Amino acid sequence: MSFISQSSPHAHATNSTQKVMLTVAAATTPGFIALVYFFGVGVIINLALAIIFSLALEALVLYLRKRPIKFYLSDCSALVTAILLGLALPPYSPWWLIFVGCIFSIVVAKQLYGGLGFNPFNPAMIGYVVLLISFPVNMTLWTAPVGFANAPSLAEAFSSVFLNAPLDGYTGATPLDAFKQSQGETVAEIYQNESIFSDAVIAGAGWEWVNLGFLLGGLFLLWRKIFSWHAPVAMLVTLTVCSFLFYNGGSDSGAPVLTHLLSGATMLGAFFIITDPVSSAVSQKGRLIFGACIGLLVFMIRHFGNYPDAIAFAVLLMNFAAPFIDYYTLPRSYGHNKSRRATEKVDV
Amino acid sequence: MTAKPITTELIATSAQHARKIFPIAGGVHPPQNKSQSLQRPLVSARLPEKVILPLAQHIGAPAKPLVAVGERVLTGQLVAEAKGFVSANIHASISGTVESIEELPIPHPSGLTGPCIIIHSDGKDEKAAQDECENYMELGREELIEKIRSAGLIGMGGAGFPTSVKLAGQAPIEHLIINGTECEPYITADDILMRNYPYEIIHGVELLAHLLGNPKDIVIGLEENKPEALAALRDAAMGTNIQVVSFPCQYPSGGEKQLIQRLTGKEVPSGKLPIHVGAVVQNIGTTYSAYRAVRYGEPLIKRITTIVGDALEHSGNIEARIGTPVSDLLDQFGFKAKKSSQLIMGGPMMGFVIPNADVPVLKTTNCIIAPSKKEMPPVTPAQACIRCGMCAEACPAQLLPQQLYWYARSDDHEKLLTHNLFDCIECGACSYVCPSHIPLVQYYRAAKGAIRTEREEKAKSDRSRKRFEFKQERIAKAEAEKEAKRLARQKAAQEAKKKLEEQKAQSGSSEATPTKPAAPKVEDERARLERTLASAQTRLESAKNKHQEAVAENSDRVEQLAAKVKQAETRVEDAKSKLAALKTAPANTSADNSQVSAPTSSSTDADNPVEKAIAKAMAKQSMSPYEKVKSSVESLTNRLEKAQQKHAQAVSDSGDNIDALALGVEKLKEKLDAAQQELKELAPDEPSKEAAQKEELDPAQAAIEKAKAKALAKQSMSPYEKAQSSVESLTNRLEKAQQKHAQAVSDGSENVDALALGVEKLKEKLNAAQQELKELAPKEPAKEADQKEELDPAQAAIERAKAKAAANAQLTPKEKLANQIESLKTRIGKAQIKYDTAVEENSDNQEALSLGLNKLKQKLEATEKELAELEE
Amino acid sequence: MIELITNQPIIAALVALGLLALFFGALLGFASVQFKVEGDPIVEQLDSLLPQTQCGQCGYPGCRPYAEQIAQGDEINKCPPGGQTTVEAIAELMGVEAPQLDSGGAESADIKRVAVIREDECIGCTKCIQACPMDAILGAAKQMHTVISDECTGCDLCVEPCPVDCIDMLPIPVTLQNWAWQKPNPNIIATDNPQHQAA
Repeated sequence: MSFISQSSPHAHATNSTQKVMLTVAAATTPGFIALVYFFGVGVIINLALAIIFSLALEALVLYLRKRPIKFYLSDCSALVTAILLGLALPPYSPWWLIFVGCIFSIVVAKQLYGGLGFNPFNPAMIGYVVLLISFPVNMTLWTAPVGFANAPSLAEAFSSVFLNAPLDGYTGATPLDAFKQSQGETVAEIYQNESIFSDAVIAGAGWEWVNLGFLLGGLFLLWRKIFSWHAPVAMLVTLTVCSFLFYNGGSDSGAPVLTHLLSGATMLGAFFIITDPVSSAVSQKGRLIFGACIGLLVFMIRHFGNYPDAIAFAVLLMNFAAPFIDYYTLPRSYGHNKSRRATEKVDV
Repeated sequence: MTAKPITTELIATSAQHARKIFPIAGGVHPPQNKSQSLQRPLVSARLPEKVILPLAQHIGAPAKPLVAVGERVLTGQLVAEAKGFVSANIHASISGTVESIEELPIPHPSGLTGPCIIIHSDGKDEKAAQDECENYMELGREELIEKIRSAGLIGMGGAGFPTSVKLAGQAPIEHLIINGTECEPYITADDILMRNYPYEIIHGVELLAHLLGNPKDIVIGLEENKPEALAALRDAAMGTNIQVVSFPCQYPSGGEKQLIQRLTGKEVPSGKLPIHVGAVVQNIGTTYSAYRAVRYGEPLIKRITTIVGDALEHSGNIEARIGTPVSDLLDQFGFKAKKSSQLIMGGPMMGFVIPNADVPVLKTTNCIIAPSKKEMPPVTPAQACIRCGMCAEACPAQLLPQQLYWYARSDDHEKLLTHNLFDCIECGACSYVCPSHIPLVQYYRAAKGAIRTEREEKAKSDRSRKRFEFKQERIAKAEAEKEAKRLARQKAAQEAKKKLEEQKAQSGSSEATPTKPAAPKVEDERARLERTLASAQTRLESAKNKHQEAVAENSDRVEQLAAKVKQAETRVEDAKSKLAALKTAPANTSADNSQVSAPTSSSTDADNPVEKAIAKAMAKQSMSPYEKVKSSVESLTNRLEKAQQKHAQAVSDSGDNIDALALGVEKLKEKLDAAQQELKELAPDEPSKEAAQKEELDPAQAAIEKAKAKALAKQSMSPYEKAQSSVESLTNRLEKAQQKHAQAVSDGSENVDALALGVEKLKEKLNAAQQELKELAPKEPAKEADQKEELDPAQAAIERAKAKAAANAQLTPKEKLANQIESLKTRIGKAQIKYDTAVEENSDNQEALSLGLNKLKQKLEATEKELAELEE
Repeated sequence: MIELITNQPIIAALVALGLLALFFGALLGFASVQFKVEGDPIVEQLDSLLPQTQCGQCGYPGCRPYAEQIAQGDEINKCPPGGQTTVEAIAELMGVEAPQLDSGGAESADIKRVAVIREDECIGCTKCIQACPMDAILGAAKQMHTVISDECTGCDLCVEPCPVDCIDMLPIPVTLQNWAWQKPNPNIIATDNPQHQAA
């Protein structure tokens, strides 16, 4: 019989991958606004370039792979990757930096592995890490969060992005840089000496707001049930616990808890990076472990390592471990006494 | 009966219905869409013009039809009875005549056909007698279950498991749960039923409780979106120990396992039945029908079905006869075919698409949805899985649907089992929430099917192995027996020889050389070897033929066949060398001598039994076959008698050669039987021989007559010669018959079959004759030597094999090929016709037929090519 | 005695080694008796993976002989009735890379077939009965024969011996009992479709 029928169910929720992706993209708005407010027009240029490059590269690869371009572009996953990469890069980055980042994110980390759903690593983080290792100077050149009014003008921004003109007058250390570079000083001394803490004491001027913005966006996504709470909560709790345990009242250069939570890419990572479902663990239990391990790694690299921030490394390391976590965290199914391991053999 | 208005006090104060509700995992909340069909009261469907009653509406064996085409049946009359324990009766749902019993499309996701009884209505709806019973609670349990069984009751919620089977269990029941959940969107059939017949339902629950040994926990479970039904049931349950509870909506809380968890907090262990946790779940509709069946003797011939959807003018619930075509019901609701996108039987979450509206309503059909294109748009193509995990959150069985999806896609059955695929209840919650619109459930269903098939195949291959091993064992045993018999014969012969020697020693006669008595044994051996050689040669020939064919066709079996040829060759060599060895043996030579000299020296020592036997054989030669056989029967009878006497003696003396003697007796009996058989066969021939001048019936007969005449004429002709001539004549006849047959085949004559049979029979006769010839051959080695130019048996066998293969051995290769082409052409013609009809009927075996056709065509081409080559 | 040993370290070493050798020898002997391996389990395992059609398409007379030959190092892809799945299963058992099935041009094993005798054409010659490795054909001399299709493995060994060519290998029909859902076609894209690629 040639009669082939579609299996039940015949009703579907109005949800779609496209909607999920667009919601995630929309949820970055508060953080994005905070970034623009403190760092100026460079953030917008970053984002625009990343989006253009990513979509173009995605379309190109789809064309080369002979896939329907419109069908795959419309899932908006490239858009989200581009936004995350654009937000993670220092503002006023030269265009080629963004381009190289997009190539590694979209072409290498995503499409070469088979496209959406098949990438074992977070594409945006691959792009970010490749840039961080290859172009460390460019990647640590953050402008100081001086506010939109005092930020580089549009002309300066364009010359920086497209003509590689340096923005010497504007650069400054990020809060985490400040802590990393001030080994030996007490926390109080750092707060006093570093200009970045002159306006805000918790985690450096501007950065608190940026992180709070991403936190807001993340909570919105949680409310919309775009992802489960397990991974972000596990990560933040672990980070809090670790930084609390290692904070000895400011007698050395160990950063206090709130500085850890509200500086760097903590909130962006917790709600937008590690929640990328494709490259994370699957079950709820697995996501708890996944998030907790990322939190631990982030703290260890920040505290003991050479890099000031560590979200990208931690996420990529745990991407490696995700399938392994999956193997040992199968949920207990209905009618079973205990959960199984995926390595078990079952004879029925 | 109309429902009472909801009285909140009643619900709130009713301590009877207080119950802890347990949470279930996962679940989704699809739009309910229940209000459409609740706008109108329950109506009765008009009497359908015809009903289609599929024989398999339930889980288990299809029912067996009891009525004949053309028979008149009454409403409620049993038309098909349950076959086996897990099966269900089927009753006529209208009165009328049985129009046909045939394969028709039935409502099934496969869209396949199934056997159905079609009843054409007479419009009278005349009821068959029903067995009412007012005091049914006083009846015995068995009797009540029998009533339910004979009413053809099955689970009306969807699965269709025979109710009586569920009730017949002996395990103690703690919870009787009546499922009024109806958690699927759109469906309101149970809601309407509960609103309209609450008292009947409560009676039904009491009945079921009675049958299950009055469990202490009896509960009817409803989702909280049915307040009217809840109130009506609570009202009816007043004064009973039946709890009526409602709980928040959460698809699929109406699943059997989920409902048990919701109401008792217990989980049914994986792979087990609810009975393992002391629970029995019955559908509300089943409960109602059980009451009707027991109280009024009403078989299951109608049910309430929700007809709903935007492609209808209005939606509602209808009490329809089982077997009513869906189109008939849709018409009553103003179905607009243009607007509809598809027809779904069952709910939107677990129902299936029906191929067209001609299929009937089943006992399990609780809903028919006729959605508009807007309401249920065609499925969008699946996007990539982004592992978002929404499916895992929705899964009521707490599985990992996305992992199952990946493993199902890659056919990793082992991993699927590890991930508890078979705990999936196919509720569709995962597919429902999937943002990438992946048809997850279909993947699971396919994987389950594949795993089941795999298991069946495994079981089959295990069975096959056993059968194969058994067959080999049997063959080995048979061979071992043969070998044992042969050894026993040998032993017996040796003993006989010994005895002979003893006798000789007693009589003092020393003339006979010790080799002489050994002769028969050696002869036996030689005959055996010759037979082996012959058969080996035949085999070699056929193997060679096959091999050549294979080479010609460039088949993949060439190597295999080459190996076979080689094997056959070694066998022939082996046999030949053994034979040669035997011939060169001195014993053999002397035996030959003695045999050769036997005919000439007719007056030899009468004391020597061997000589005597030879003399007798000589005497036999001059007799006609009939006489000869007759005398041999006589002599055999004598010998048998003697042997039996000897055996009896041995038994009474308890001599140590009893076994050997017994064997001898056995053997003689066999021989006697054979001889008698021969005698019988010859008997009818005899008169015709005597009346030899009768008109000749046919050329073949004539040939035989001629051969016989010849045999008579040549008085000195030995049985061997006779047999040979008969073989010759038979060969002639066979050839002629085969020519006739070939002719008939090429002419497409009607009596091809008859001729083929004739050929076959002749072949058999020829075989028998050749066998005889072979058996005779060793007795006449001298003659054999003389007739070297004649066909030897092996050669004949080879010829025969060739003849068989081509059915026209006598024709030239060209003619042979031409014949082959002719027959191939006719076969192709037939195959083409078959194929064409198959295509027209869109039959399943199109493919096979087209393959066969192609093969035939290829053969034809090959043959034609061969012919062309020959002609060049 | 002890003195002797301490004074003669070489002797002591020899004695010690000898004792050790005895001990381990005894241990090995014990183990070989206690943990004796009956038969060749790999052959059993291989045999259980083969489809048991006994069709001889591998070149060996039956599935078990082929299993034995695989254990001896023969190619594992000679079983067309088992198809690629069997090849893969054996490859996994043997811990080797799964080669492509060598079907030798035989009909695809994807469609399971069974022998069906066109019964009105059968002359009752019993040749197919003798050929059937499964004893799956019923009949007697000069009586019509029929195939027990549940037992037929589709090895087609009966087709060739039939003198009147009345045996067909027909695909097992799809019935309500053996029907199963098909996997959805994951190839939403035309170029992913194998047919398209072939074209």
